[in-house]
Amino acid sequence: MNPGFLLLLLLVLGGLGFAIGRNRALSLAQGDSRRLHSLPDYYGWFTALMTSFPGLVMVAIWMMIVGQKRPDLTVLLGGACLVVAAAGFGFGLSRITPDFRARNATERLIMWLLVGASLIAVLTTIGIFLSLVVETGHFFQLYPAKDFFFSTKWNPQFRGGSDLGIWPLLWGTLYVSAIALLVAVPIGLMSAVYLSEYASSRTRAWVKPAIEILAGIPTIVYGLFALITVGPLLRDWFAQPLGLGDSASSVMTAGLVMGVMVIPFVSSLSDDIINAVPQSLRDGSLAMGATSAETVRKVVLPAALPGIVGAVLLAASRAIGETMIVVMGAGAAAKLSLNPFEAMTTVTVKIVSQLTGDTEFASPETLVAFALGLTLFLFTLGLNVIALVIVRKYREQYE
Amino acid sequence: MSSSLFTQDARTTARNAAERRFRACGLAAIVLALAALVWLLISIFSAGAPAFRQAFMTFPVTLDEKALDKEGGRDPAKLSKVTTVSYAKLLALGLKAKAEDLGLETTGMKSKDFAKMISEESAASLRDRVLADPTLIGQTIEFTVLASGRVDGYYKGRVTMKTAVKDKNTSPEQLALADKLRAAGVLDIRFNWGFFTMPDASDKRPEAAGLGIAIVGSFLMMALVLVLSLPIGVAASVYLEEFAPKNRWTDLIEVNISNLAAVPSIVYGILGLSIFINFVGLPQSAPIVGGLVLTLMTLPRIIIPTRAALKAVPPSIRDAALGVGASPLQMVFHHVLPLAMPGILTGMIIGLAQALGESAPLLLIGMVAFVRDFPGGFFDPAAALPVQVYNWTVRGDPGFVERASGAIIVLLIFLLIMNAVAIVLRRRFERRW
Repeated sequence: MNPGFLLLLLLVLGGLGFAIGRNRALSLAQGDSRRLHSLPDYYGWFTALMTSFPGLVMVAIWMMIVGQKRPDLTVLLGGACLVVAAAGFGFGLSRITPDFRARNATERLIMWLLVGASLIAVLTTIGIFLSLVVETGHFFQLYPAKDFFFSTKWNPQFRGGSDLGIWPLLWGTLYVSAIALLVAVPIGLMSAVYLSEYASSRTRAWVKPAIEILAGIPTIVYGLFALITVGPLLRDWFAQPLGLGDSASSVMTAGLVMGVMVIPFVSSLSDDIINAVPQSLRDGSLAMGATSAETVRKVVLPAALPGIVGAVLLAASRAIGETMIVVMGAGAAAKLSLNPFEAMTTVTVKIVSQLTGDTEFASPETLVAFALGLTLFLFTLGLNVIALVIVRKYREQYE
Repeated sequence: MSSSLFTQDARTTARNAAERRFRACGLAAIVLALAALVWLLISIFSAGAPAFRQAFMTFPVTLDEKALDKEGGRDPAKLSKVTTVSYAKLLALGLKAKAEDLGLETTGMKSKDFAKMISEESAASLRDRVLADPTLIGQTIEFTVLASGRVDGYYKGRVTMKTAVKDKNTSPEQLALADKLRAAGVLDIRFNWGFFTMPDASDKRPEAAGLGIAIVGSFLMMALVLVLSLPIGVAASVYLEEFAPKNRWTDLIEVNISNLAAVPSIVYGILGLSIFINFVGLPQSAPIVGGLVLTLMTLPRIIIPTRAALKAVPPSIRDAALGVGASPLQMVFHHVLPLAMPGILTGMIIGLAQALGESAPLLLIGMVAFVRDFPGGFFDPAAALPVQVYNWTVRGDPGFVERASGAIIVLLIFLLIMNAVAIVLRRRFERRW
């Protein structure tokens, strides 16, 4: 018995429960729904929930704990579900009397469902954290933490004896992200300033969504763009003539393309923040005879600075966690080098390369991906939290 | 210092020039951003457009009984032992005969060269056709084959006479013959429906690679994401927006959700790998795992716009409902939710569009595997559109770059449709109070 089929069966039984419960309540009230405490449908809903819900929970828990490991035991699960459904149905039906407060009971159950739904977000975080921490713990049992954090060599070997120092990866990540921010922050900030201070509302209505298209394009598209267009272009026009290297995938390629991707994050958030600066500040400055540019530079931007810093931090966290562009544009060689036209690699690239293909979960070469993932998670989490705190504080300032 | 109002002094001129420069900088920034967008789209579309057209050749093939069924009797077990190699030979003979019939010059062409003009995939499809209908053996049938990747590339500018000289998979003679066949109407270039329906093909057959399985896989995952994340997302938003007491716990949940929305997508891939695959034991590269991972990733991104939509419903609606005796849940489900529905659906579609384009987490749960069979359900291996693009970019044959770009065009068209639906929904049904 397949769990998907069981879910369907439970839903059908719930539907039956609804019809039977509703009918029973009506017949107890001799067809006159005014004699019932609640509307007849609520008696139906109550029976339906009582019938199918415990079974649904059982199937869900089963899927999480046993999953597909023991297909032979699903018959057992099916039987248990049917028993529980029958018991719930009997209980639900036995509670139905004209005086039974079916609406209150149903609403209480539904409220618990709502609470459960909002707890899924918490469970996800716990899941992420636990899976990362547990596997990272396994990794550090097999590989000394000291080497991971302080070694500057990354050289995984399949027969053991690998060097798994995080620094070359971290360097690549930060280098690519820095280039991306060097591209995205000036462009994003200046376009936000232009849109909020200079552009007519008609221009704004067209340009703002057009820039936001950049955020809606999947990252794989940017990756392909880096791979087939930007990479060869940079190699043929800059790297080779300047004698800086002959690799199409490079920090510069990935950084530039990622910069384009990050522009809308900087621009739309800065736009919101610049718009939140009170008009009275601008009016004051303009009234003193400052030009618009001076107003922006000396009044609006300083007032909006904390918020803009928050926006830049969010963009940075986006750039650090970005995967496809660097997988396709930055290369795979772990190096500590300053040359931006050389192929380097990042934390995310190595997570992908260590976890795809034939993976064996007992070797440090595979488990290192979880340590890298944990590093990435904490790094981006830290940036997000700081950014959110700054942005929130800033908003309060002018509210 | 001049004191006329009509002539600007040096300082004012400088300040005004600075003003103009600043403004030009702003305009330049916008132009740069939009130019990058246009450049990106043009580069992808020009690289991918050829994937939708494909060279086909149609000619009679004699299904020689001696080659396919030596003993006669049409025993299916024996027929299925005949490999594609024999069929490829028959196709090559057919093409050669056709060329000679037409009186085309074929000097310097061995039968191996004819075989190289035909996709290896076509031998397999001819074999499938014969196995499905053994009575065809001994007959001569009109059969349409895919031209080989090199011949196809010749018409798309990827292969030229010059590169063909050094290429061991083709030769200038083959390309010259292809030109003559094209003039004679044997070879023609048509819209490539197979790109949407065929499964992925191996490394040497870019001409036969299609998106069939990837589209089915993506569709299955999106269905799962929709079915799971719409009710859960709406339920969570309703609770947080309408019922949750303001205390430390709900604060925690809120901070949590906004942080989850910013967690890098690859981390969700790690979660999927270690929980759904290693712990629960769900199969690798199955749409069920992909769907679950994408659901978890999409949930926070749906909850945020859903809460905004709920917040936009004015309190007077709630007060009115409560005032005539509705319970709080009735108030929400009968009045607030229906009014917020357009906003919720818009957020949902945009969340789905993001999930459709997401590839990093799918790489980790094994979606990169080479899959040739269409999935029969959520537990069978499948591919996904963005991952298929990635798969094709790491292949050696340059024909796959065109396929990858073509696949992106398909992906972008899907996204465009979804976003257009979202915009229409918002424009038509959104109510402002």
